[in-house]
Formats: sequence, C-alpha cells, structure tokens
Amino acid sequence: MSASVAVAAPAAWMTLPRVKMALLRSVSIALFFLIWAVFSYANAHYLKLFNAILMPGPLDVFWTGVDLVQSGELQRDILASMSRVLQGFCIAAVAGVGLGMVVGRSRLLENLIDPMLEVLRPIPPLAFLPMMVLWFGIGEASKIAFIAYAAFFPIFTTTLEGIKYVDPLLLRAASSLGATQRDLFRYVVLPAAMPGIITGLRLGFGLSFFVIVAAEFIAADSGLGYLINDARTFFLVSQMLLGAAVIGIIGFTFNRLLRMLEARLLRWRKTSWT
Amino acid sequence: MDIMDQSPAASVTRTKIRIEGVSKTFDNGLTALARVNLDLPENSFTCLLGPSGCGKSTLLNMIAGFAEPTAGRVLVDGVAVKGASADRGMVFQEYALFPWRTAVENVEFGPMIRRMSRGERRKLAMDYLELVGLKGHESKFPSELSGGMKQRVAIARALANNPSILLMDEPFGALDAQTREILQEEMLRIWEKARKTVVFVTHSISEALFLADRVVVMATRPGSIKTVIDVDLPHPRERSDPAFVALERQVKQLVREEVDKLGVI
Repeated sequence: MSASVAVAAPAAWMTLPRVKMALLRSVSIALFFLIWAVFSYANAHYLKLFNAILMPGPLDVFWTGVDLVQSGELQRDILASMSRVLQGFCIAAVAGVGLGMVVGRSRLLENLIDPMLEVLRPIPPLAFLPMMVLWFGIGEASKIAFIAYAAFFPIFTTTLEGIKYVDPLLLRAASSLGATQRDLFRYVVLPAAMPGIITGLRLGFGLSFFVIVAAEFIAADSGLGYLINDARTFFLVSQMLLGAAVIGIIGFTFNRLLRMLEARLLRWRKTSWT
Repeated sequence: MDIMDQSPAASVTRTKIRIEGVSKTFDNGLTALARVNLDLPENSFTCLLGPSGCGKSTLLNMIAGFAEPTAGRVLVDGVAVKGASADRGMVFQEYALFPWRTAVENVEFGPMIRRMSRGERRKLAMDYLELVGLKGHESKFPSELSGGMKQRVAIARALANNPSILLMDEPFGALDAQTREILQEEMLRIWEKARKTVVFVTHSISEALFLADRVVVMATRPGSIKTVIDVDLPHPRERSDPAFVALERQVKQLVREEVDKLGVI
C-alpha cells in the first residue's frame, strides 16, 4: 500500500487568487495600449524618429474604425471574410473528419493515402494560392477552396490519430460487454477520438482565419484582407492597423467560443486536467 | 486429471469451463502456457495464482475470448470459445471504464448494446450501482471517482449484463491495502447475491485464500498448473485464523518455488 505523499506547498505566485490574476491580465492589456499611445504621441511631437503617419496611435485607429462602421464598409468586409472562412472550414471539417475516420479504420487505406498527404503537408498552403486562383478564378470559389485546403490537414491528422490510438483495453471491455464491430466504432472509437477531433477542428479554424487574409490580398474586392491591402495602396496606416486588430479580435473570440464548446463537450475530462 | 474433486459441492455441479490441453506460444517463440487442463464447476470461485509470467492472465484472456490457444481448446458449456461474449463479463485491473460516460452510463453499456429501453436500463444500472454500494455517485465521471469506486463501477458494469461467468484480471491489484480488503469482502457479498462462475487472477496468496473455493497455483517456465488446492475454510474467513495461516504458509512455499525458477527478479 502507499500512503499519499504530502505535496510540497505551491509557489507563492500560484496561490494568487483568481480575481487578482484577472486584474493583472487586464493591466497587461491596458499597459500595451498605453505604451503604444505614448510611443506614437512622443514620436509625432518630440522624438520625430520617423514620419508620424507611419505610427498612428490607438485612438486614431479607433476613430478610423468608427468611420468605417458608419460607411458600412467594415461590416461588409467582416461578413465577406467570415462567410469564406465558414464555408471553407465546413468543407475541410467534413472532408478531414470523414477521411480521417475511414483511413483510421484501415491499415491498407492508411498506407495508401497517408504518404500522399505527407508529401503535400510541408508545402505552405500559400504556395498553392496563385494556382488556386488560376483553377477556381478570382471569385469566391478560389478563396473557399484555399481555406478548405489549408484547414484540412490538422483536422485530418488529429482525427486519424484519435481513431488509431484508442485504448485497446476499452475495446476489450466493450466487446466483453457484447459490442459488435459497429458498436465498437460508434460507442468507443468515436467518443475516444472526440478530444482529438475537436482539437483538430479548433486548429483548423484558426488556420482558416490565418490564411483568409493572404487570399484576400491576392484577389478580392471585399474582406478584411482586402481592407488592409486597399489601405496599403492609399497609404492609410490606421486602416491597415484596424484591419489587423479586427482580425485579432474575431480570431480571439472564436477561439474562446470553441474552447468553451470543447470544455462543454469534454466535461468528463475536467478533473483529470486540474 | 481431476485431482481436486473431493469437495461434495463440486461433484454435484456440472462443469462450466473446460480447459483442454491448452498451449499458447507467442510469435516470438515464448511459450506462455503448456498443455493446461482444468475443469471449473458452475458457480465456483476459482483463483489463478502465480508470479508474473506464469501465464495466468493469458489463460484468463483465452477464456474471455481475447486470445486463442495455439493448441487445445477452451470450452464454455461444452462449446469452444470464439471471440468475446456478453455472457463472459470481464473486470480489468486498470478498470477500463469509458471516461466519457458517467458511472451509471458505464453500467448501462451492456444493456444499451442489447437495445434495452432507456428507462429499463437506467433502472437496472441503478440497481447494480446500489449493489456495489455506489448509490448517490451515479452521475459522476470516472475521473471524479477513487480507484476503489472505479472498480466498483466496473464490477457493476460487468454484472449488469447478467453474465454466467465473471472473469477478473487482478482487479484489486492497483488499490491500496485497505480498499483492497474492503473490496474483497464486497466481492464475496456480491457473489453470494449474484452467483456466477468466477475466475479471478491474482498474485496475492492472501487474496486467493480469502476469496476462492479453489486456488490454482500456477508454475512458470513454461506456464502450467502446479497444484490445485481446495479451500474448505468457511466464510467469512479470518486471515489470522490458524488454519488460514497454515494454508497461507503452504501456498507461499509453492509459489516461492516458482519465483525461484525465474532467477533474479
């Protein structure tokens, strides 16, 4: 038998109450904006290290945002980007999870398909963007296809791994409870692979967001990437920063939402994580 | 080969599991079991006892249908075992609970596979959870349960299928000594209520003598049966009882001989 060994007292910083931690984190963000504002102001009025137009302050960016909302441009661009991301991501999710499940169940298919994907994987998806424009035109199709392609890989890989590395003991347990092959897949393999699949979907979604901007740089007349690229043409630095900030905020929000969904779906893991 | 048929109970009950000249050689040439013969009567409680490497788990896995003998056959009710079956419930040392299902959902698994209705299987599962003393813990996930509780759920899950055979592979091996003794007593109480043919693998002599009608002491290199001992001590058994201690010493000697054969371990 083993008496449980007393755990060493946690370091002082780990005992900080939750509220204090949250406060500290807010201060960090406030500090970021403060440094930015001070630097931009100082550069414009005292230091004059470079042309002030290159470094607008946070307030300039904010007012640019207000202008763009009033003209309706920002909403239109957000909607355009989001619709592409969602469509591309959905295609990637269906293809990645579907193929991952099929391939994960068969050694033959795995050896047939996986090497093919391993060849493509190290090539940055961006390298294929010009080609996709040639294939699918400059309309929506090329951007959706590009996103789908980029997001496919993490989703496929994590699904495949999840399906493949199911604890064999659980399979034994289920079959000694009367489960058939079909039952095993539905009631053991699938739920066991779920954490992996959800992680893959989250990574895939993040990647979709990552690549949409580049796709909209190349060929688009709407979207947040277009907003930034268009601003570059007209030397509107505030608008460029605004585009970047909006992408950041949307990406952050979606990642949070997906993590909440993950925590909800995988609540059985909760105590094993803390 | 039936050297142990002196007990009156064994002569009236029929053979439930028959192991006939079973050998198991792994792909790497290692012989885990060599020509094992064993008859287990219906509703008996048998412990397979021996040091690691005596093939006791291999034998259990062949009864479960997870492994096939290289030679010989395993018969259950006179029919050769082929694959796992819901009639042979299994309890593992590592619990093997489905972590994404709550305690009651784990117990419901077998009935669910049999397409029992939702309400019926929930009621059944709750009854079995109560039998193993886990009333009030039904909606907890395995990650929220202690080792002893997990194993109680695993036992309830195996029983919920009402199998005629219960196979247990060192089920209490990962538990601390106190929990282990409590669960041994619980196991006997449950076995009184739900009679099954139990095959219980352990390397603990005290556990084997506390639980079993008969203890099959296994030999190593290659794995085979060394002796079969009928334990006639009445239940509840007391570990400090002189008869128990004497038997324990005798079995210890037998097991020791096998451990010594393994050399330095």
